[in-house]
Amino acid sequence: MFAVLIDQFWSLTIAGIALGFIYVLISLGYTMVYGVLRMINFANSEIFMWGTFGTVITSRDIFHYTQTSEPAKGAKLVLVLVTSLLMSMLVAGLTAVFVEFVAYRRLRMKGTNRLATLISAIGISIALQEIMRLLTNSRPVGAPRVLEKIILTEVWGANIRLDTVITIIAAALIFFVLERFIKLSRMGKAIRAVSQNEDAAKLMGVNLNRVITTTFLVGGLATGAAGFFYITVFEYTKFNIGFTMGMAAFTAAVLGGIGNIRGAFFGGLSLGLLEVYASAVLGTQWKAVTVFIVLVLVLLFKPNGLFGEAVQTTRA
Amino acid sequence: MKIRNYWNLRDWGAGVWEKANRPKRIAIAIGSVILVGLLPFAGASFLATPIAAYDAVLVYPVGIFVLMALGLNIVVGKSGMLDLGYVAFFAIGAYTMALMGTHTGLNTWEIMPFGIGFAMLAGVLLGLPTLRLRGDYLAIVTLGFGEIVRLVVLNSTWSKGPNGIANIPMPPDIGPLKFKLDDQKVFFWVVVVMILLTIWMIRRLSVRRPGRAWEAIRQDEDAAELMGIATLKYKIWSFTLGAAVGGAAGVLYGSKNLFIAPEMFTLNVSILILSCVVFGGIGNIWGVIVGATILGYLPDRIRFISDARLLVFGTVLVVVMNFRPDGLLPRKKREKAIVKKGADA
Repeated sequence: MFAVLIDQFWSLTIAGIALGFIYVLISLGYTMVYGVLRMINFANSEIFMWGTFGTVITSRDIFHYTQTSEPAKGAKLVLVLVTSLLMSMLVAGLTAVFVEFVAYRRLRMKGTNRLATLISAIGISIALQEIMRLLTNSRPVGAPRVLEKIILTEVWGANIRLDTVITIIAAALIFFVLERFIKLSRMGKAIRAVSQNEDAAKLMGVNLNRVITTTFLVGGLATGAAGFFYITVFEYTKFNIGFTMGMAAFTAAVLGGIGNIRGAFFGGLSLGLLEVYASAVLGTQWKAVTVFIVLVLVLLFKPNGLFGEAVQTTRA
Repeated sequence: MKIRNYWNLRDWGAGVWEKANRPKRIAIAIGSVILVGLLPFAGASFLATPIAAYDAVLVYPVGIFVLMALGLNIVVGKSGMLDLGYVAFFAIGAYTMALMGTHTGLNTWEIMPFGIGFAMLAGVLLGLPTLRLRGDYLAIVTLGFGEIVRLVVLNSTWSKGPNGIANIPMPPDIGPLKFKLDDQKVFFWVVVVMILLTIWMIRRLSVRRPGRAWEAIRQDEDAAELMGIATLKYKIWSFTLGAAVGGAAGVLYGSKNLFIAPEMFTLNVSILILSCVVFGGIGNIWGVIVGATILGYLPDRIRFISDARLLVFGTVLVVVMNFRPDGLLPRKKREKAIVKKGADA
């Protein structure tokens, strides 16, 4: 049972870290919105799904790569990858802003109950998923292979592939840029102020609407980047991939303490590793069960997540 | 000053009911039950569904949705706990029916108590450790529970995994009423009876000690606890009763469908039922019924736009929630006003 785990420990670890970083970025979308609005952004999984299509469109329709064409090399490769990443982020960011505008804003201004907003978010997420289903005729979409998956080196018997390395490094970089943005910039300060105390922040002259829109935008950008990395590693997308990934990322956010950005980092990584190890030991089909059981146990013994809710004191 | 609002159906309905004396009330009640009971015969009118058989649509989704929404309303509406894994109880009921129906000689009505019992047991087992959590954490844990139940069923051999269980027996005939696949009127009447029983149970409980305890917990859990209400006990009760209704719906669904598979019990069902509750008017029995009826019926009614019907469904959810955040038939204002201040539901 554990033979596979011990045998392939390092390659599993690397795959887990790569998956973990994708989760980290998606869970940022959940955690940031939760920090500011105290609400689960139910549409984030669909924002992620739209983000993956950003990459597909760029490589397939802008640069005309196909399933069978040669992978790109050199400067062209960098150009295509960077454009795809930016396109994914742009698509997801705009979708997130759209979601905020359509599903959240009016209800927030009215100050209505949280459930109404939740259902409204569920509605928009159904709509987003359906639009994509109609556009793709319910078919899975294979992404053209732009990046050749070269094996760079071998460490302790594990193959280090180029796409995993790029994913880990770039995702970590994006995470830290966003984290610095929230820590240091003026807008980031405003976001944190609102997440601590909305009324006080408003009295201090913070433009609430702008802050909330920015929060959605930043969360969407991170989620979109995750979409790009997902395509780079798995080279495939479909209108309904959002659900599984979104669920896992949300679990990661709760695991680390939702509303807490560092928590999202550790939650995402531990969830990625946990999933990969669990599927090695118990078989892939039990991976999600393990994840949920761990989540329930964590919540029972540390109800605010492993690293605590950053905004816990303001919760009623 | 009282402003007369003809669009306020809830107050209008409540007014008619309050002004009526006992015989009149009985007449209204019997009249509406008969009207609902006659619904399967209205298939030829504008109510007809284009592709699915009309009487089948009335049983599932509409009837079963109403039943489940009423059950979920005990948890979400009455005691204010967000449960995103309600489908688990539905699945437990359906699988009890499937396994016992195919392996033992018991019929649907004999299995019904088992299905309800197992669902309630699951409710207690899940409730005991998790109901100490609040708000969104409870939501995610229940969501996880729903997924665990589905995945266990999907990956186990006793449940025949993704293939599902076929050849589930139909309910035995009740006197002259025969259960048939191509004519599901009798199923519909059974669902209506179960809905009536559920309504009766909720109304009885609402005015008694548990109902008042739930109301107090929903408005302010800490205050309720300080007033000496055993909050955990009543929360578990509410959870378990909700589970019981879900289990009963599951047993009936299994017996009606003759075949069940894990893919019928995804998170989407939980979300859809929750949407029914919130869409119709959370906490208000009649609102919940209206919401579940519309959301169950609408996708089948608009099948002529076949492909885009879920898109329309999602859009309708967004639009209605934006313009009527408390649902189509909200609960009374007095109860509502206090909720708004309560921060974490």
